[in-house]
Order: sequence, then structure tokens, then C-alpha cells
Amino acid sequence: MTVISTQKDTEALSMTIVAEFDASVQRVWQIWEDPRQLERWWGPPTWPATFEKHEFVPGGGANYYMTGPEGDKARGWWRFTAIEPPNRLEFDDGFADENGDPVAEMGTTHGIVTLEAVGGRTRMTVVSNFESAEQLEKMLAMGMEEGMNEAMGQIDAVLVDPAFSR
Amino acid sequence: MVVDQLSDAEIDRLFHALADATRRDIVAKVMAGEYSVSGLAALYAMSFAAVQKHVAVLERASLVTKQKRGREQIVRVHYEGLQRARRLLDEYEAIWRQRADRIADILAEG
Repeated sequence: MTVISTQKDTEALSMTIVAEFDASVQRVWQIWEDPRQLERWWGPPTWPATFEKHEFVPGGGANYYMTGPEGDKARGWWRFTAIEPPNRLEFDDGFADENGDPVAEMGTTHGIVTLEAVGGRTRMTVVSNFESAEQLEKMLAMGMEEGMNEAMGQIDAVLVDPAFSR
Repeated sequence: MVVDQLSDAEIDRLFHALADATRRDIVAKVMAGEYSVSGLAALYAMSFAAVQKHVAVLERASLVTKQKRGREQIVRVHYEGLQRARRLLDEYEAIWRQRADRIADILAEG
């Protein structure tokens, strides 16, 4: 099992997910650091993400869009509030307009990612803190459009390019 | 959509209600058993009116119910309201579980 635990705080509206991977901390850090790898997992296969900007430094920003089956685009922005390679990153995450500018009324999710070595594997903990109602609802609505209930078997077919292996 | 069909106004009320530490504490208290408003007021260093206000916010968000019993107002948890918040988080969890699976696939390449 990749995901080993999740914890949802209904009252404080936060979610924590803990996953372990058969790879080094340095290797797992790359899936956040390298936009070409990041865009292979952030969106589902039917809504692949494209990162147009990925300033992976404290205070830096990222802009991306996800392209749906009909060619429609959903845009998002990140702001990195902490980058401590290879163990920790924090970022604000929200929806963006066509220019990549934050849509303020959509609110912000704050994510805290920590990576630690555990018995030769890497444990990744992601804590998501939700700020506003619209933001969470919209994200979930988008998640549904992205086909999040799609069979996992379809994913393997997409991941045919071994060029990213290091 | 799998996500519960809540109107924006309903979701606003829900999240606003849960954004306050005292209100979250009141929810936790009444989950363990019913309280009168005055019984709750005795637990916090604030006026009866202030606690009554918090209860009213929770009531509007369908997180608690308030019923008159004699001269007291009895506050109980409203489980359906709490479950709505839980369902929203469940949906979000599913997104991250799938992301973790995709990450594992990428890492498995080498």
C-alpha cells in the first residue's frame, strides 16, 4: 500500500495523508522539484497538468493548467512559502484566471509536505489546510470533472515514457 | 457529482461555523452528550449571550439543534450536518490517494 494513513479533522477542516514510497528522499523530492515529473501526477490522466511556471524557491510561484478531454482548461497557481530541500516544502494553492492570476474569491489551500527516510523508504506526509468554503467545494467539483473515479489501470498506459527515471 | 449538493450559502455557513475554536469546542462537547445553553456558558470565560450567539451560528449551519425544555434550551449535535463536512473531506482524500498511486508508478520506473 502506498498510502499508509489519512487523518481528517472535520472540525478544523484539514486533511493529512501519509504515504510511503520505495525510493530515496532525494528521488521523491524530484517529483515536486521537476515540473515535468510533477505534471505527470498532479492531475489525473484524463486531465493532465501542464506547468508553465515553476519557481521552486521560497517566495517563488507556479502556474499550471489542466486540460480536459474536451480541450477545456482549468488553471491554478501556487506560491511556495517554504522550500527546504529535500525534506520540506510549503505552498499556497488556488485557482487562477486565464492570465494565471489568482482568483481571490476562490480562496487558498495551504499545503505542507514533509519527506523523511524510514527504513530505506521515504515517508511523505501532506497536510492540507482549507481556508474557505468555495475553495474546497470548487476543488472537489473540479476533481469530479477530472474523472477522479477513473480506473487506476488506465494510468499505467500513460506512464510509458521512462525518460524521467533517474 | 458525488459531492453533496450543498448550496454555496449552506457551505458558507458550515465552514464559517467551524472556523471558530469555541464553536468547534461546543460541537465536541455536545457530541459527548446534550447540554443546556447555560450549562455550556458555564464552561467558557465569556458571557451567556456570547455563548448563545455561538450556538446560534452552529444551529444555522445545521451542526447542532436547539430545543426548549422547560426554561432551558437544550443543545444537541446534528450528525447529518457533521457528516456533510466529513463527506467533503472524503472527496479530497480520494484525490490525494490517486496522486500517491501515480507518484509510486513514476518512482517505480527507476
